[in-house]
Amino acid sequence: MTTAMRGTSAEGTATDLPRLLPASQQPQEWHAHAARYGGRVPFRGAPGRLIPDVREAGLTGRGGAAFPVHRKLEAVLDAATSRRKTAVVIGNGAESEPASDKDATLLWLAPHLVLDGLQLAAEAVGADQAILYTHADRRHDVGRRLEQALTQRRQAGVERVTVQLAQAPPRFLSGQETAVVNHLGGGPSIPTFIPPRPSERGFDGAPTLVQNAETLAHLALIARHGPRWFRQVGTAAEPGSTLCTIRRADGTARVTEVPLGMPLRDLLGPVTLDGAVLIGGYHGTWLPVAQAVQLTLDNHALQAAGARVGAGIVITLPPDSCGIAETARVVRYLALESAGQCGPCLNGLPRMAAALAELAGARPRRQARADLERWAGLVTGRGACHHPDGTARLVRSALVTFAAELDRHGRGRCSGTNPRPFLPVPRAQARTEEDWT
Amino acid sequence: MTERLVVNPIECDGHGACAELLPEMITLDEWGYPIVDGRPVPPALDRDARAAVSACPTLALRLLRS
Ligand SMILES: Cc1cc2nc3c(=O)[nH]c(=O)nc-3n(C[C@H](O)[C@H](O)[C@H](O)COP(=O)(O)O)c2cc1C
Ligand code: SF4
Ligand code: SF4
Repeated sequence: MTTAMRGTSAEGTATDLPRLLPASQQPQEWHAHAARYGGRVPFRGAPGRLIPDVREAGLTGRGGAAFPVHRKLEAVLDAATSRRKTAVVIGNGAESEPASDKDATLLWLAPHLVLDGLQLAAEAVGADQAILYTHADRRHDVGRRLEQALTQRRQAGVERVTVQLAQAPPRFLSGQETAVVNHLGGGPSIPTFIPPRPSERGFDGAPTLVQNAETLAHLALIARHGPRWFRQVGTAAEPGSTLCTIRRADGTARVTEVPLGMPLRDLLGPVTLDGAVLIGGYHGTWLPVAQAVQLTLDNHALQAAGARVGAGIVITLPPDSCGIAETARVVRYLALESAGQCGPCLNGLPRMAAALAELAGARPRRQARADLERWAGLVTGRGACHHPDGTARLVRSALVTFAAELDRHGRGRCSGTNPRPFLPVPRAQARTEEDWT
Repeated sequence: MTERLVVNPIECDGHGACAELLPEMITLDEWGYPIVDGRPVPPALDRDARAAVSACPTLALRLLRS
């Protein structure tokens, strides 16, 4: 995978991108980070003080759910104050979605920006410890880069709160926030029921802030440059920039930073209008290219099409691949990755995977489509986490976007001429006890 | 103050005792797991809702104040 990060113009002024990633594409050591952003972490002196700026900036979480960051900061600070229990901050760099590479790229190239954000988030909620949780199994050794970065920071004397590094098991669910808290507390890497929310009672029973790695990097820049600067790119409703993983039909992939509200037409590059794109990753939505090129990359625009930005994954299906076969492979993976602890997820996801596998083949039963629709409805909203909801979203969008192809399969034909798998799916693993721990 | 029924799907073992006691608000899906009406419990069903909660063998069914 290549990592191209092209901004629109040279670094320096507010509307220029990239903001987070170095234009040089070289990993930023402490001295380079200090030269670009200043050699001090812009602490505010007391808990809570950064929160109004974050609210004004309109920063939302970049881990997929786009939840307003100031509300989570407030909730954790309030819980810490009312329960007289010191908060904990967790930076979530698990990036468990196989199609995504943006957090690993950010942590590799700009570790100090994330670590600045971690310190500032810790101050904002009055935390006395922070943990940075990263994917163990990536192309770059992010863990080692972060260890070096922490050593540099200690030497520069900028760290206030001690940061521990922890590794996420390479499983789809390991980045889900209650699974993160569960695992870091010595339990298995599977979700727990809400309530209690981690913000109330998370790691070690303490009010816990879980924030995506990219979110923390944006937070660090808001603390430095202020909310007005942050709002100079993006839309009024969804300000700022976002990292995206773009996978093109030719198999190339890159991580790029774009303003929210960017036309998908520009993001996609050359496409054929009768093709399909997957927006938001494996919990995301298939859309016909003809529809996608009319849309912009922000939740307001995408909602109308039943899609969301998610963690910023945009994938163009090659014209010679079968969208149903690709979705079937992904859903099989998602079903295997279910923690299997909630009845509807345990029963529904494997059935959905099997029905899709049938639909991907020749002359599926008519009933398979109706079953899928029903099961998608039945699992939605009924798990302890959103895994079934995301899986159902993907399945439903495939049924709509690939409706004509499904008809073709019904007649024993398939327009996919290239049987080689396209979407990245880790080798299916049977679940064993130690995988979760 | 209103109360809503929630089921913790991790604890629920799908035996369906709750649906028998409160069919007005709980039905079972095709695998035997409860589909719970998440709207506020009307006063007329308050007693039955409490009975369903206490009948749940795994303490999966709860009434949450909202
Ligand atoms: C199945 C599943 C997997 C997830 N994986 C990740 C992940 O790898 N990294 C991440 O930051 N958030 C992930 N999330 C979202 C987290 O639960 C949580 O919302 C997020 O870390 C909060 O940070 P943010 O508000 O800054 O986005 C996942 C959610 C689900 C349901
Ligand atoms: S909904 Fe599925 S993935 Fe989520 S906790 Fe329940 S069983 Fe696990
Ligand atoms: S009684 Fe409890 S365990 Fe049984 S189906 Fe209802 S909620 Fe689940």
